[in-house]
Amino acid sequence: MKRWETVLVILLIAVCTVNSLASPYFLDVHNLFDSTQAFTEKAIVALSMTPVIIGRDIDLSVAAIIALCSTLVGWLATLGVGTAGLAAASVVAGTLAGAFNGAVITRFRIQAIVVTIGTMSLFRGISYAMLGDAAYTSYPDGFEALGQGSLWGLVPYELVVFAALAIAFTAVVHRTVIGRRLFAYGNNPDAARYSGIAVDAHRFWFFTINGAMCGLASVLLTSRIGATRPNMATSWELDVIAVVVLGGVSILGGSGTLPGVILAVFVMGMLTFGLGLMNVPGIMMSIVSGALLIIAIAVPLVLRRAVARRV
Amino acid sequence: MRSPLHRRDAVLVIILAVMVAAVALRAPVFLSAASLDTLLTDGGILAMMALVQMLALITGGIDLSIAATMALVGMATALMSRAYPELPVVLTVASSLALGLIAGAINAVLIAGVGIPPIVVTLGTMSIYRGAVFLVSGGAWVNAHEFGRGYLEWATARSLGLTHIVWIAIAVILAGHVVLNHARTGRALYALGGNRAAARYVGIDESRVVLRVYCLTGAISGLAGYLWVARYAVAYTETALGFELQTVAACVIGGVSIAGGQGRVLGCILGAAFLVIILNSLPMIDVSPFWQMAISGAAILAAVIVNSRAEAPRGTPILPRAAAAKETA
Repeated sequence: MKRWETVLVILLIAVCTVNSLASPYFLDVHNLFDSTQAFTEKAIVALSMTPVIIGRDIDLSVAAIIALCSTLVGWLATLGVGTAGLAAASVVAGTLAGAFNGAVITRFRIQAIVVTIGTMSLFRGISYAMLGDAAYTSYPDGFEALGQGSLWGLVPYELVVFAALAIAFTAVVHRTVIGRRLFAYGNNPDAARYSGIAVDAHRFWFFTINGAMCGLASVLLTSRIGATRPNMATSWELDVIAVVVLGGVSILGGSGTLPGVILAVFVMGMLTFGLGLMNVPGIMMSIVSGALLIIAIAVPLVLRRAVARRV
Repeated sequence: MRSPLHRRDAVLVIILAVMVAAVALRAPVFLSAASLDTLLTDGGILAMMALVQMLALITGGIDLSIAATMALVGMATALMSRAYPELPVVLTVASSLALGLIAGAINAVLIAGVGIPPIVVTLGTMSIYRGAVFLVSGGAWVNAHEFGRGYLEWATARSLGLTHIVWIAIAVILAGHVVLNHARTGRALYALGGNRAAARYVGIDESRVVLRVYCLTGAISGLAGYLWVARYAVAYTETALGFELQTVAACVIGGVSIAGGQGRVLGCILGAAFLVIILNSLPMIDVSPFWQMAISGAAILAAVIVNSRAEAPRGTPILPRAAAAKETA
C-alpha cells in the first residue's frame, strides 16, 4: 500500500481476472485491442488534464471543446477540406479554445472552475448554435481510418497515438524542469512565484495544451463514430476528472503521477468493457465509476487514520 | 454599518433592469402576467437551489450532486405517486425531504467523517445518484397521466396569486437569510470558509458544521426534485441534467466566492434572476433556442470578469520608488 500505482496494478489485475472468469470473450487479443478504442479519446484528455489538476486548476470545458472542434471538422468537411486539413483544424481550434481558458483565468485571476463552467456553456453553445438538432455525417474518403484503422489490423491507431503521448507527458511532467516547476507551484503557488517561477505562464500553457489534446481527441472521436452532434461527449469532463483523481492525483493540486493516471485509465476502461460484456447498461456504469472513485479515495484515508490511531 | 445594497448588487440590479427593459421593448408580452409567473416559478427553483449551493460554497466546498439528487428523489416520489395515486401531498413533500436528506447525509459523512474533498465526493455521488435513477425506474419515464392528481396540482396551485413553488422558494430563502445573518451557524460558515485554522482555534466544530451543510443541501435538493417533477409533469433519468452548474453559475454571478468565505443571499438571488431572465427571454425575442447555451455561457463569463475587476485585490507596493519609476518609464 506504499505506492498508489501498486494499488492500481492490483486493481487492474483484479478487474481483468473477474472479467475473464465472467466472460469467455474477454481474453481475446482482438477484443482487448478493440475495447481500448472506447476510452482512448478520454484517456488522451486525461493525460493533459493531469498537469492542470496538479497545478491546482481544473478544466470543466474539455467535453465542450471536443464538441466545438468536431462541429468545425464537420463543417469544414462539407466545404471539401481533406483529412489532414481536418485533423490540423481540429487541433488548432482546440488549442485556441484552451488558450482562451488559460488567458481568462490568468489575466483576470478568476478560479479555473468558474471560468470553465462559463466556457463549457459557451463552447458547446456555439456547437448548438451552428448545428441545432442537425448533424454532420459526411467526411472525406479515408477520414474514418483515423479513429477506426489499426496497425497490422490489430493495434488501433488511436492506441498508438495515446502511447506516444503518454510517454511524452510522463517525460515532461516527471523528467524536466517544467514538471518540477509544476509540482512546485501546485504545492505552494506563492512560494513558487517568490522563487522566480512564472506560475501564470505555466498555467496558461498547460490549459492551452489541454485544449490541443481535446482537439486531437475530437478528430479521433469524430472519425470513430462518423458523426458530429452538438451533444456529443456529454459529461466527459467528469469521467476524465474521475480517472485523473483515481490515478492518485490530488484534486487539491501538488501531487500525482502520470503512470498512476495511465493505470487508472486502463482500470476504468477494462471495468467498462467487462460490464459491457456482461450486458450491463451504460448508465449503470456511472454508478460503478462513481463508487470506484469514492472508494478509491476513501479506503486509503480510512486506513491511514486507523494506522495513525494505533501508533 | 454597511449599506445593505452593495455596489455589485446595484450594478447587477441595473443590468437586470436594462435587460428587462430591452426585452420588453422588443416583446411586450414578456411583461405579461403569465410570462412573469413562469419567470418567478422557474426562478424560484433556481434561486432556492442556488442558495443551498451558496452554503456549500461559503464553507469552501461545493455540491455537484444536487441535480442528481433532484432527479433521484423526483423519480422516487413520482414512482410512489404512480403506485399510490391517493397519497396525500404532505407525505410526498415529507418523503422528498427525507430521501434528499439521506442522499445529502451520505455526502456529509464522506466529506466530514472520512475527509474526502467535497468536489470529489459529490462528483462521485452525482454519478451514483444519476445511475440510481435508472436503477429505480428501469430507464422508463413517468408521464403526466400516470401521476396522482394531488402530486401535480399542489406544486403549481396558488395561494395569494403565487404558485406553491414560489412560496416554498421564498420560505427557503428567508430561512437562509436568517441562518446566515442572524444565527451562530451562519457565522460559523463564513468563519470556516474565510480561515479554517482560525475557525478551529475559536472553537468552531468544523465537522459538525460541514455535516449540517451537506445534509441540508441534500434535503432541499430532494424537495426541489419533487417540485421540478411536478412542474414539468414528467420524471426521467435526465431530469435537471446540468442544473448543478447553473446553481454554481448563479452564485458566481451574484458575487459568491468559489474559494469560500464570501456570499450573500441577495447576490445569490440576483444571480439566479439574471440567468432565468436570459434563458426565458431569448425565445420571446425570436432568438433560436439553440443559441441559449452559448449566450448564457458568454453572459456567465462576462459577469465573472466584471466581478473580478471590481474586487481585484490591490497589492501592497513594497518598493514604491521602483513602481513609480516603472510607471513613468
